[in-house]
Amino acid sequence: MSQEVFQQLVATTTGVLLLTAILQVWGRSLVRSIGLLAVQGAALAGLAFTVGFHAGEPQATLVALIVLVMKSAVLPAALLRSARLTGETRERPAALNPAVELIGAAGLTLIAYIVGTPLVGDNPDPARQALPVGISLVLLGFWLLLIRRSAITQLIGFLVLDNGIATVSFLASSGLPLTVELGASLDVLLVVLILGVFVVRMQRQQGHSDITELKELHD
Amino acid sequence: MAALILLPLTLPLLMAGIGFLFPRAYWTLALPIISAAALLAVGVGLIIAVQASGPVVAVAGWLRVDALSAWMLAVVGAVAVVALWGGAPVRSKSKASVGSFTALLNLFLGAMSLALVADNVGLMWVAIELTTITTAFLVASGEGRNSLEAAWKYVVLGAVGVAIAFLGVALLSAASGSHSETGVSWTSLMAHAATLDPAMTKLAGALAVLGFATKAGLAPMHSWLPDAHSQAPAPVSGLMSGVLLSVAFYAILRIQAVTDAAVGPELMRTLLMTAGLLSLAVTAGLVLTQSDYKRLLAYSSIEHMGLLAIGAAIGGELAMAAVLLHILGHGLIKSTMFVLAGRISDASGTHRIDGVQGLLRVRPDLGAPFLLGTAGLLGFPPFVTFFTEVAIIVAGFTRGLGWQMALACVLLLVVFAGIARQVLAMTLGAGVREQGRPVWWRRLPIGLALLTSAVLGFAAWPLAGTLLAAVGALGGVR
Repeated sequence: MSQEVFQQLVATTTGVLLLTAILQVWGRSLVRSIGLLAVQGAALAGLAFTVGFHAGEPQATLVALIVLVMKSAVLPAALLRSARLTGETRERPAALNPAVELIGAAGLTLIAYIVGTPLVGDNPDPARQALPVGISLVLLGFWLLLIRRSAITQLIGFLVLDNGIATVSFLASSGLPLTVELGASLDVLLVVLILGVFVVRMQRQQGHSDITELKELHD
Repeated sequence: MAALILLPLTLPLLMAGIGFLFPRAYWTLALPIISAAALLAVGVGLIIAVQASGPVVAVAGWLRVDALSAWMLAVVGAVAVVALWGGAPVRSKSKASVGSFTALLNLFLGAMSLALVADNVGLMWVAIELTTITTAFLVASGEGRNSLEAAWKYVVLGAVGVAIAFLGVALLSAASGSHSETGVSWTSLMAHAATLDPAMTKLAGALAVLGFATKAGLAPMHSWLPDAHSQAPAPVSGLMSGVLLSVAFYAILRIQAVTDAAVGPELMRTLLMTAGLLSLAVTAGLVLTQSDYKRLLAYSSIEHMGLLAIGAAIGGELAMAAVLLHILGHGLIKSTMFVLAGRISDASGTHRIDGVQGLLRVRPDLGAPFLLGTAGLLGFPPFVTFFTEVAIIVAGFTRGLGWQMALACVLLLVVFAGIARQVLAMTLGAGVREQGRPVWWRRLPIGLALLTSAVLGFAAWPLAGTLLAAVGALGGVR
């Protein structure tokens, strides 16, 4: 892979990652948001392959395949199933208006670039240069957790956060060993499945899955 | 020796399998107790083995037990025996799905063991995330909306916190620039600490500590803890408060050792001291107005984790040895207290402090150990917590952290007054004697745990070598 192609591929995949995350903050449809998550997963797999292949790692294809199956097929499918079971397809009325949400998202992306710059330094490696994208994905995931009320969107927010962390880990260290990657993917899958079960139980017990209504326990 | 490391990982798996095979059998409650006892035995065996011939390595370097891991294994085993044996529900109170319950408890024990013996940083992260996964349904196994709410908050915050720690782990691996097949291990990080990229290591260490501090229940990331620990069934609360917090704290200690060796101790000292004092302040502010005794115990756990963080921030042989001993003392007493709280709530039918009165007269078999255990939590002599708390404070003063220690003492006094007032209101006063004393083998673990924590302070001399070796495993004196 020539340096130029590598640069292009890194730019494209990280661009798709950032774009999908912003669209998730913007949109209100849960189904579309889950679809965007699948696209994001595919972009992440592409990034994992690009970086791994460029670094000449023998396991790059395998890692990318695992990421692709997990993040763009299994996890979105699990989320979609929870959404269908609870009958929620749209986000609950939000506390903030959409303009504020988007301005917040833009601000967080800016912060990610400010925070990320000292890490990048004067490293000419395009992978290192793209590091702030991963950080902004982490922050956007947090933002989704903060501004959304439906339990399903909380799960989406968690997965965006996780995608951001995976992005940083691929860009900064071209990934962890295969065993650890596998274990981490399995952990995330289990967490999402467990939370999916909780969402369905919540729906059954109280007729909705609005997490701001969870306030029985307090001091 | 390598087989000794594998036992605490494989035995719980086997026991969990048996539990899943007999989902409705009451006797499956014995299975996690067997795992816990085996864990204790292996821990003690490994302490001796490590002292005799150095760290034990297994599975091509993925697992490694040094003096610190061995000590923590023994602590987890001892506390788990108390929590599971004492907390085993009576037949009439146990649920139909008792087998799956015990299977999850076994998996939980296995996950904690893996976190302690993993030498690979990523593997340890996976194990800590597994502790959240295995306990999710245990926390949710209570009845009604409250336990579901607690479990939801617990899993979301736990998963997000640990995800942040993963960011730290990934950056740490980037800072080391290692591309080896097994990734970064604690051993290689400690050996090559001087060559780590300083800016990257600082960020990685801060993120990892922030993430694991969420699991360890340190303020300001503690908000899930009182909910989860008060809603979970007694043995689960006992395990989570007694040892799961400490396992997360163990991860913080490892990260601290690496960052201290790479970029000096100032960063971690500031972070941990802030989190520690904040945890004490949060507890001090909330114990006074607390109306639920299980939440009161949960807040006391935040206080003790804060104390551990302060001890780790101080550093040095005295403070660190005291921290490690405090983990054992607090674990034993706290698991006992949660077991007792479970029995009190079974007897009185309420979690409310004002719903329980005159416990010493009504149920002396519960009131007396509850009062004694509270004395232990508050650091009364002769309990070991007294000696460790004094050691931490003294070490802080000798290291020139005067105002921080003074502040900690004031906050500890407020916590002391708050908890003492609440527990005295529960135990003192008039009342009519009620029946319901449990059989001797249910009282035995309570007595043993309280006795051990009471004599440990005097009998700690034989442990001195073990503790100092464990401190040495963290890179020695700083």
